[in-house]
Amino acid sequence: MINEESEPLNLKKVQSGDPEELTRMVQQYSDPIYRVALRMLNNQAEAEDVLQETFIKALRSLENFEGRSNLSTWLYRIAVNESLMVIRKRKPEVSIIHDDTGDEDNEGISVSQIVDWCCLPESEFLSNETRSVLNDAIQKLPENLRSVFILRDIEGLSIIETAQALELTETNVKTRLLRARMKLREELSVYFGERMSEY
Amino acid sequence: MEKHLHCKDFVDTISSYVDGDLSEELCVELDKHLSECDNCRIVVNTLRKTIDIYQHQAENEKAPEDVKDRLFYRLNIEQFRK
Ligand SMILES: [Zn+2]
Repeated sequence: MINEESEPLNLKKVQSGDPEELTRMVQQYSDPIYRVALRMLNNQAEAEDVLQETFIKALRSLENFEGRSNLSTWLYRIAVNESLMVIRKRKPEVSIIHDDTGDEDNEGISVSQIVDWCCLPESEFLSNETRSVLNDAIQKLPENLRSVFILRDIEGLSIIETAQALELTETNVKTRLLRARMKLREELSVYFGERMSEY
Repeated sequence: MEKHLHCKDFVDTISSYVDGDLSEELCVELDKHLSECDNCRIVVNTLRKTIDIYQHQAENEKAPEDVKDRLFYRLNIEQFRK
């Protein structure tokens, strides 16, 4: 969710290192990049590191930016990659968890929770407890599903933009998105299903 | 589409369905299935709600001001002037 109202950046000025334009770029994108990092890592200090590293890398390699994708897509890509590096450093003995099932089939999508919790009072969805349930659920996703869900559903990128940012095919994005969404739905259904019994 | 649509077919397309990213023909099929199948209706509603809650949670979330201050301090943008 990039703020659409702000004046579009002048890419030429950005690439020539115009300080005012670079400042505007950082101002426009620091919120979304921080959000992405925070969702990927669930840790504020690490998210701050990723935020800084993302812009440092971006500023250093701006001249190599070829404009085949949007500037925002490019920044998201750097941020996701930086986040993955942090995750790798965190647990060097464990390789990055990938969803094992192939990208082509939808095997392993489970639909076991059938509780209609949509009718819960709105306050339920805004509570601090819910906030932490949401964070925990997203952290349980394998990284390759997490990044797709964050960019597509939380940041609101299109399927094509998500594919460009993560260097995936559109089909892969759709498959991963389906899996990510269904896993989160299951997790939230367990929690909200229990909450239902209180009403 | 001659064959009867099953819940499994619905789950395979549910993500594209909530995105409105399916052919009109397929949508009509799915709508029909939804009107007859309570389970799938619950799944689609809770799926939409799941996405909605996540979006809502992040909507106005910004990087804290001190984080931004440290970011600009670290970047020292003037040094990138060519
Ligand atoms: Zn069904």
